[in-house]
Amino acid sequence: MRPFDYETPQDAAQAVALSEAAAQSHVGSPVQYIGGGTTLLDLMKLGVMRPERVVAIDGIGGDSLNAVKKTDQGLHIGALVSMAELADNGMIERDYPVLRDALWKAASPQIRNMARLGGNVLQRTRCPYFRDTTYDQCNKRVPGSGCAALDGFNRLHAVLGTSGSCIATYAGDWAQALVALDASVSVLGPDGPRVLPFSGLHRLPSDAPHIETTLKPGELITGFTIPDGPWPRSTYVKVRDRESYAFANASAAVALEMEGDIATDVRIALGGLATVPWRASKAEAQLRGRPLGEAAMEAAAEAEFADAVTHEHNAFKVPLGKATLVRALTEAKAMEI
Amino acid sequence: MADPTPPVPEPGTNMGKALPRYEARAKVTGAPLYADDMPLPNPATALFVTSGIAKGSITSIDTSEAAGLPGVLKVYTHENAPSRQDLRHFMKGGYVADSVMPLAGPNIVNDGEIVAVVVAEDLATARDAAHRLKISYQAEQPATTFGSAGAEEKQITAGKHDVGDFDAAYGSAPVTLDVEYETPTMHHNPMELFSTAAAWDGDNLVIHEPSQFVWQLKNGAAETLGVDAAKVEVKNPFVGGAFGSKGIMTQRTGLIAAIARDLRRPVKNVVMRDQGYTLATYRAETRHRIRMGAESNGKLVALSHEGSEVTSRQDDYFVAGTTATAEMYACPNIRTGVSLVKADRNTPGFMRSPPETPYMYALESAMDEMAEKLGIDPVEFRRINDTQTSPTTGAPYTSRSLMECYDEAASSFGWSKRNPQPMSMAQDDWLIGYGCATACYPTNMMPATARIVLTPEGRAEVLIAAHDVGTGAYTVMQQIAADELGIDPAAITVRMGDTTLPPGPVSGGSMTTASAGSAVKAACEKVRQRFGGTVPAVDDMSAAFRKLGSNRIEEYAEWAPPGSGEDAIKALYKGKFGGGGGDEPKPLMYAFGAEFVEVRVHRLTREIRVPRMTGAFAAGRIVNPRTARSQYLGGMIWGLGQALLEKTELDLLRARYINDNIAEYLVAVNADVPEVDIIMVPEVDNQVNSLGVKGIGEVSNVGTAAAIANAVYHATGRRIRELPVTMDKLL
Ligand SMILES: Cc1cc2nc3c(=O)[nH]c(=O)nc-3n(C[C@H](O)[C@H](O)[C@H](O)COP(=O)(O)OP(=O)(O)OC[C@H]3O[C@@H](n4cnc5c(N)ncnc54)[C@H](O)[C@@H]3O)c2cc1C
Ligand code: SF4
Repeated sequence: MRPFDYETPQDAAQAVALSEAAAQSHVGSPVQYIGGGTTLLDLMKLGVMRPERVVAIDGIGGDSLNAVKKTDQGLHIGALVSMAELADNGMIERDYPVLRDALWKAASPQIRNMARLGGNVLQRTRCPYFRDTTYDQCNKRVPGSGCAALDGFNRLHAVLGTSGSCIATYAGDWAQALVALDASVSVLGPDGPRVLPFSGLHRLPSDAPHIETTLKPGELITGFTIPDGPWPRSTYVKVRDRESYAFANASAAVALEMEGDIATDVRIALGGLATVPWRASKAEAQLRGRPLGEAAMEAAAEAEFADAVTHEHNAFKVPLGKATLVRALTEAKAMEI
Repeated sequence: MADPTPPVPEPGTNMGKALPRYEARAKVTGAPLYADDMPLPNPATALFVTSGIAKGSITSIDTSEAAGLPGVLKVYTHENAPSRQDLRHFMKGGYVADSVMPLAGPNIVNDGEIVAVVVAEDLATARDAAHRLKISYQAEQPATTFGSAGAEEKQITAGKHDVGDFDAAYGSAPVTLDVEYETPTMHHNPMELFSTAAAWDGDNLVIHEPSQFVWQLKNGAAETLGVDAAKVEVKNPFVGGAFGSKGIMTQRTGLIAAIARDLRRPVKNVVMRDQGYTLATYRAETRHRIRMGAESNGKLVALSHEGSEVTSRQDDYFVAGTTATAEMYACPNIRTGVSLVKADRNTPGFMRSPPETPYMYALESAMDEMAEKLGIDPVEFRRINDTQTSPTTGAPYTSRSLMECYDEAASSFGWSKRNPQPMSMAQDDWLIGYGCATACYPTNMMPATARIVLTPEGRAEVLIAAHDVGTGAYTVMQQIAADELGIDPAAITVRMGDTTLPPGPVSGGSMTTASAGSAVKAACEKVRQRFGGTVPAVDDMSAAFRKLGSNRIEEYAEWAPPGSGEDAIKALYKGKFGGGGGDEPKPLMYAFGAEFVEVRVHRLTREIRVPRMTGAFAAGRIVNPRTARSQYLGGMIWGLGQALLEKTELDLLRARYINDNIAEYLVAVNADVPEVDIIMVPEVDNQVNSLGVKGIGEVSNVGTAAAIANAVYHATGRRIRELPVTMDKLL
């Protein structure tokens, strides 16, 4: 690991002031925030990220970054709330089970205790060629160098939202819940605060997979807002090879509003399958306002995966993704609320 | 809250006391010092830098930036590496697991080979410097595995059996089966990382390194360093998991010790988790073709098992597990053979039940398929073909309680509730399947020596350079000595894992209890002789010592299994496996087990979960049913991992390991581990050795993978003939 400066600002404004730097992207900036450090420190040890300055935000106090509360705009969740803290929140468990399920099925208790939600949504891909600097080809790590995953081992790579430059999966879980619930993200930057839709945070890889988000260098995520709700009929199904402590082969965040058999509102996001947290809009459009039976679910899943692109080892993700979507809808529908 | 600890097993017939683990308190309070914890004065930190290609050569290494960093002591490459003597592969009578010496030249023969060593004041500096090396390679296309262009096939004689006339019998059998199976590359991933610390004092060298065979490490290190073995000590009283990966010396030890000599300073090295995938051994991928012929009454008439294994270009490591499969069931016509495929890989090596895990998986899967073809219950099919003699030589088994294991496990599991029809059992969205398989492991033994010290206070010390890799060897040695001396186990201390102690066996092949235990027993017998046959009671001890005119009794004994050559003990002192010999056919000595599992497969997403497993095992005398239960439990849990999770993924184009970390190399975690019911079937075998012990460390992970794959078939109607059985194969 390279030596770096370590700053411990007292408040968000100071943190942002310390983080100004000229850079091509937020993630490529020589100044990086550190929350729990569970993504950043790994990548620094691996030599994949080499920030010159690390700005510790975990000690910053104040409600906007640390609280979980219902406001006029909706449910506000501070960016410094830890994964464990939100998963343990009784109100969340009752009113937003999808937010909770997506957290407690992620990582391990130790990691959930350390990791903050701001860092969580910005966690980086587990693509093995990205994480190992001895591979020459990785467009995300070294722009323009190629993509070893295309002809390498790609069982865990994405089938949705890929490009010829990068097929890396967005590995996180919680972001799917946010994108399904139409969350927005609040940001503080050198130019002041702004709010953007969560669905606009992550960028598709297209021809610049090294630019992962629409955040500007030095911008600090301060919190998330979920506009309406509650969503008691919501769940997160995570399908993985191992029962715990594994990334998703496929996952689905689902929130439903039902009147009798009719799904009056349907929210679906898919994980483990796409390069970004993937809102399944096509499937939603097919299901909204219709009776929610297994055949309809299957047809919706079919539509969502119509444009899927597979590689040598990940073709199974198409049938698996469809099955996961159907299963999550089925389980949400069957919830007793 | 319910007490989460399982009940202490009640000792059954021919079992010792269920004593708690000797070092339990020390371990749970964090007291033991593992190799890398051992204090050394002012050590420097060495970090390996490994190759990013699997084949080719280094065209240049620019070390200037790295070497110039403050805190960097020296950067070693093939251009300035300290010289060492070549070591031969252990299967050729040498000491090492991989004969390629690192930093000996610019050539790269496998992924992750050591290309530089950065030595610095601390790890952070070393790591920073490592990333500043500029290495250029001339890469060539490597051959990765089976079917890769450029991989060479080679027939070997090991594992060859030819009994009767297989072709004729198979050709005329009324029911036949011809199937192929595959097992993947696997890595041990012991919790404790590989490490070496070396400190010279003049000509004397002390090495701290987790090892399953310290006397081998001592002798091997001396050979490569060109020093007298008497001047090399290896000390590591505790090993944090090994599973075979620390069984045979690797080239790292000599390199680190040579660097310490060059720098005139103690040097410590820890192999990073990913580096362990290429700098230690692994279980190579295997392929199998099994052909079976049977009468319609279920009697096997023909069996052929052809195995193929991957190894490196440099060494012919093999496991040749057909020797076990040929002995398993009564069958008059047997033909087996093994071939190797040499690829551009590091050399594989021992991993828990090396031959049996892949080969018995194949055989026991085929047995299930054949039982189904015959319309015979899988347990009954094994009963019909059970044998008490070797199908290859006719020699008897010293004892074989396989069917007793089946009967006890089947009844406890509730096998009779199984509807034999595949896809016939379900609950909600989960399909249910039951499966079973045979577990076996040969009773291995090797020479051992031990020393016992007894004091007038009635305290004893057991001194033997055997090893406790987490198995309970300390406890069992304490118990054997307590039984032999007739004193309280609490009055006995045990010292192991140190070459200043008399050499014990390698901690491998499930032979520590039988071999080290026999040496301890022999030394205790000598102590008893000093008192005319019985050690006096504690209260009379000091009087008895006075009578002998002594205040310390010390006895040393050597033990070798029957049939060992004359030089067996000498070979042991040289750190060789030694032993062996004797006339064929010997009686067959094996531990057996029967394993039953229930699996559940999700109707839509095809995740596979295992809610319960039952294993019954018979392995002669069980010295300590508590530590034995842990071994059986751990083995079956590992077997579950082998069935469903474990696989080192290969980049087929680049011949590199992909998931070289414990986030992505999946081993079972608590949530995967079901209810595991362990049954110890009493068995008395006075022929195997005077302790009556067969060894239990490896038998229980042998049957699990087949049992689970068989249960997945029963649940889903799909035969997956390639481990691990994962959801993608069932979609
Ligand atoms: C072994 C392992 C298994 C895991 N399994 C899972 C899993 O199953 N599911 C899952 O979802 N996740 C998993 N994770 C990922 C884990 O959830 C993330 O690493 C964690 O949530 C990141 O949070 P952090 O606070 O530690 O982030 P950090 O490491 O501190 O930060 C991550 C990145 O975000 C930036 N950053 C942090 N906070 C802010 C902010 N407020 N504003 C702007 N930038 C910020 C940092 O500069 C850094 O670049 C796993 C991680 C590991 C190591
Ligand atoms: S998939 Fe993306 S992250 Fe992975 S190697 Fe290709 S470019 Fe790099």
